[in-house]
Amino acid sequence: MIEILSSGALNSVQDRGRRGLLSSGVSRSGAMDILALDAANALLGNDRDAAAIEVAAFPFRMRFDVATTVAVTGALAEAQLADRRLPPWWATEVHAGDDLTIAPPTAGARVYVAVGGGIDVPLLLGARATELKSGYGGHEGRGLKRGDRLPLGRRPPGGLPEGGIGAPPPPGRTEADGPLRVLPAAEWAEFSEEARERFVSVGWGVTAEADRQGCRLDGPELMRERRRELLSHGIVPGTVQVPPSGQPIVQLAEANTCGGYPKIATVIEADLWRLGQAMPGDALRFAVVGRDEALAALRETAQWLDGLRKAASLYRVS
Amino acid sequence: MADEFILSDAGTGAMLLDVAKGSAFDEGRQARLLALAESLSDAHGVEDVVPGMNNLMVTFDPLAVDAGEIERRLLEGWHRATPIEDSGRSHDIAVVYGGPDLQEFAAGLGLSADDVVNLHSAGAYRVAAVGAMPGFPYLSGLDPRLATPRRALPRQGVPKGAVIVGGGQAGIMPITAPSGWHILGHTDFTLFDPHRAFPATLRPGDRVRFTIAGVER
Repeated sequence: MIEILSSGALNSVQDRGRRGLLSSGVSRSGAMDILALDAANALLGNDRDAAAIEVAAFPFRMRFDVATTVAVTGALAEAQLADRRLPPWWATEVHAGDDLTIAPPTAGARVYVAVGGGIDVPLLLGARATELKSGYGGHEGRGLKRGDRLPLGRRPPGGLPEGGIGAPPPPGRTEADGPLRVLPAAEWAEFSEEARERFVSVGWGVTAEADRQGCRLDGPELMRERRRELLSHGIVPGTVQVPPSGQPIVQLAEANTCGGYPKIATVIEADLWRLGQAMPGDALRFAVVGRDEALAALRETAQWLDGLRKAASLYRVS
Repeated sequence: MADEFILSDAGTGAMLLDVAKGSAFDEGRQARLLALAESLSDAHGVEDVVPGMNNLMVTFDPLAVDAGEIERRLLEGWHRATPIEDSGRSHDIAVVYGGPDLQEFAAGLGLSADDVVNLHSAGAYRVAAVGAMPGFPYLSGLDPRLATPRRALPRQGVPKGAVIVGGGQAGIMPITAPSGWHILGHTDFTLFDPHRAFPATLRPGDRVRFTIAGVER
């Protein structure tokens, strides 16, 4: 078991989310920065579907009842395990009774804390992810609070070397102020040339209306040349909608599964984590790419994770 | 042309087939889409097949299946698709009409609140699609006299059970959530239970009638 000593309601149990239930209106949910979650599980030798804690409210403190392993990835934040300061994107052994404290990030919004064997809350609709918006899944369908005790899965065999192991920077992490890559979406051509030009040339401010469901952006109005009501249609995380106000909203992990607003573009899957790490006041830029580049970026991420998983397994002591 | 369509990318791992061509919702095209949806659900690499209103989104693992292959399946499937037999179940849903939007909504249409209640409860609705929120039914069959654009800015908390309309569509809120639709009343009908194998109560093809349980002023 682990025990939560200090938390905010935005901290929740998350895994890779629910698949195959969009047609029942069940959002994907899951980690906002899936790459960071995947990396944490890879470092520990966990199943890729293992659940971790997504920390978005700080400081966060928890205690381990048992000796196990822990990995901390995602936003750059001071992580203190017992009397040790952990380097970023690090995995290490923990002793029973150790406390882990995560301070507010210096860069990024969400830290991932994965534990050997994963957080073993019940599977619901195929996943352990918390759906905060609808109040189901994860730990009692809600964010974590002080006194919550979470069961752990069976940790994989072998231990981590003394001092722990770290992950190299994933693709794109070091040039985090580059543009978010997008594919044009269904209504792209209905926006005026000026609107399309603005979309890719200005910096978009992340507003305070940014959560697991979506992120409203602030910038010049994007007008369509043809105004018509659309019939409701399926949407995915990453969809950039433009409501009649002309201010874009990027749909994220807990996005509604269908929407009715025009879609100018979709952020490619490989870059979605950046929206999970965006803070109000940050400026975002967009760049249009083609299918090939989007796919190449996804492959690059998958290969990086494969490499990390293999490297971590070499360090595991049996 | 019945077979016109628009196909677009929805990111790396999803594609949207839109057969509405910007016109009003068509029951016949929807029945064909539901048949297409069923035929695609077991296809290699496909994760989700999501019927919308006269459109269909397919999500897939782009590292397991080529986008071009999904494109081909969608187009060939659409041309071949014939409507599936009408097998929907029927549901009567009791509504207490009233709430924050009813008066303004009626006034905007040049109708009285009673007219709106009568027109809304007289309709024979079909579940065209389920989505947006867990178990949310997109209902076709709204009287065209009640069709209005959605609100310019979505409202942040539309309560669970709210009976709503937006554009030419009707629906019911399964949970409290943001929505840009107009609120006409409230029901206690359960639309979603995550502990059931089929969490959504209503499914595409089902029939719905609204009955008047009361009108609040």
